[in-house]
Amino acid sequence: MGASAPPPETRLVLVGRDGARRIVTAVSRPAEQAGVHIGMPLAKAHALVPDLVTMNAAPAADAAALTRLALWALGHYAPIVAADPPDGLVIDTTGTDRLHGGEERLLTGLVNRLAASGITARAAIAGTLGAAHAAARFLADPVRVVPPGGEAETVAGLPVAALRIDPATAAGLRLLGLDSIGALRAVPRAPLVLRFGTGLGLRLDQLDGIVAEPVEPVRDPELVTVRRAFGEPIGAAETIARYAGLLVHDLCRGLERHGLGARRLDLLFSRVDSGLQAIRVGTALPVRDEKRLTRLLCDRIETVDPGFGIEAMDLTATLAEPLCGRQMAGLIPGEEEADIAGLVDLIANRIGARRLYRLAPVESDVPERSVHRVSPLAPDDGAGWPSRWPRPARLLARPEAIEVMALLPDHPPAAFTWRGVRRMVKRADGPERVFGEWWKRDAERAAVRDYFAVEDEAGKRFWVFRSGAEEAAANGKGRWFLHGIFA
Amino acid sequence: MSASAARAAVADLRDRIRRLDGRAPRDRAALSFGVPEIDARLPDGGLALASLHEVSGGGDDMTGAAAATLFAAAVAARTRGPVLWCLTRADLFAPALAQAGLAPGRVVYVEADDEKSLLACFEEGLRHGGLGAVVAEVARLSMTASRRLQLAAEAGGTLALALRLRRHRGQADAYAEPSAAVTRWRVTALPSAPLPVPGLGRARWRLELVRCRAGEAAEFEVEAADAEGRIALSSGLADRSPAARDGRLGATA
Repeated sequence: MGASAPPPETRLVLVGRDGARRIVTAVSRPAEQAGVHIGMPLAKAHALVPDLVTMNAAPAADAAALTRLALWALGHYAPIVAADPPDGLVIDTTGTDRLHGGEERLLTGLVNRLAASGITARAAIAGTLGAAHAAARFLADPVRVVPPGGEAETVAGLPVAALRIDPATAAGLRLLGLDSIGALRAVPRAPLVLRFGTGLGLRLDQLDGIVAEPVEPVRDPELVTVRRAFGEPIGAAETIARYAGLLVHDLCRGLERHGLGARRLDLLFSRVDSGLQAIRVGTALPVRDEKRLTRLLCDRIETVDPGFGIEAMDLTATLAEPLCGRQMAGLIPGEEEADIAGLVDLIANRIGARRLYRLAPVESDVPERSVHRVSPLAPDDGAGWPSRWPRPARLLARPEAIEVMALLPDHPPAAFTWRGVRRMVKRADGPERVFGEWWKRDAERAAVRDYFAVEDEAGKRFWVFRSGAEEAAANGKGRWFLHGIFA
Repeated sequence: MSASAARAAVADLRDRIRRLDGRAPRDRAALSFGVPEIDARLPDGGLALASLHEVSGGGDDMTGAAAATLFAAAVAARTRGPVLWCLTRADLFAPALAQAGLAPGRVVYVEADDEKSLLACFEEGLRHGGLGAVVAEVARLSMTASRRLQLAAEAGGTLALALRLRRHRGQADAYAEPSAAVTRWRVTALPSAPLPVPGLGRARWRLELVRCRAGEAAEFEVEAADAEGRIALSSGLADRSPAARDGRLGATA
């Protein structure tokens, strides 16, 4: 609705039709607190809340918006995303949670991003679609990760409505005294089938993963997609690799027509048992090089389980960016820099793009802040660190306190004890005075560190500093720390 | 037999040994240390480029690791092209590498979750062929893994440096197991030469060539890497190492 949306504190309900009656199909939180609930006749709701704001439900527009949301999730999270009307999204996170820093962080990030755009969402991850569906709606607050193998246990206490069954069946089960999924499991299956049909048993089996539950992934018709279907199902890794190469060839020609390069590719495998498997690879820069894209895809083939065979493969450039031509080779061979973009993409797809970086200088005197991570393909500006003072090869994650014997203020210590080993200082250099960044942090207004490089009898060199307020440092007081090791 | 004929015969024998090792005789490109005494001890006249080399730190604590790191950085600095640095724990301080001659723009760091994916990234970097050197901080390196890496280094023509770090005191010596590496080095800090004024001079290392394929073990006392990644034989003390004096196979034959 955008800017025309009513403020969140409005007691708002959406109204739909059930035959001749007008009923409430959705309620805002303030209206819910006033006692209105979904399914209530509108006349009753008006009687409860006199200043109720009503709007007509628009199921078609809702479905379209849900599809748009699914396409957004497809671009950001995983190659297999499906809209689950009326109000859900199904995301197959297999193999992608790693890239988002784990399942918990994936879900939190997802919910936060949705919240930022005004959508209150709950999310759950579980081994089966049924369990995740139930956990997201009945357990998530606002996120829930069901441990692998713990699905049956987790949902046992939930009401039978969590099984995605129609309300009449749920009401019938409650009539029988079967309130929870756990209670439902305890009774024999056959009489239930006789009374409620096979749908109930199917939902239970889907919950346990005994019966597979295929999802129909959303596809953006504007994306460049190529497809190959096979008369005979294929399964061998070499065959998959060969067809992946052919698909990449077709895709690259499609991309070329649009002047695009792929930033992200999704290769979907439709299995004969109607299961879906997917590979997603990304690149740091737009690429239209067949060899490189094929290599990236083939590197991940081992993660695909072909099951009883694959009957179709779909390759989509989920993210594509304009690719301008570039002169490939100079006249003088051997002069140009080696191109490592291919290697960077390959490794980034294995271990996650955030784990691959270059370290670039930051203008900061505080040593631990003088380094920051940049993209491995970021242009090299040739900047370096000032090299007036030697820097240690290994820096401790946080400085460790040491006990020192210092003879004179402003002099290096004569001896120090670090990790239980006492070392005599034979030679030393310093002090190098580092002031706190008072213009960034108030706590560092008066902080001073005096760094010394010291060498012990064996020739081992350490980077120690005395920390304290400026006047204390002038008097030679302050605590000593070891921050790094030279050699 | 004249000296030149003997040299030719030795060179021919070396080629035959290399062929038996499964290496083509042509890939003899080597990275010279620029120190004749050290280069003479290595069969290729320097660190063979398309090969795996192991570097470990002497001593039982993190100081050895730091010296080994600087030595590896100095070697990598003298190659051409980008450098891939694979690690599992990011306690490396990049300004120190820059001071050993390895400019920050040349190094791409890969932070792997575990040793297994670290070795996979190591191997991938070697096979790429466009890199100057690949450095990997590995704790354990089995014979099989080192053989794979050696083959990858040969295939890609890239210098491979396995930095064998001891993370804690109880860990066994990195060189207890055999490996397919062409050379194994151990770097230990030595007391630096006293200066006439208070302060710290250039650091000194004891550089041990623990193992060298088709060569002999040796030991040197060197001045630590300078801003271009060059090491130098420790002045005045060079003759103290008996290993550095004998040898020079080609000249004495």
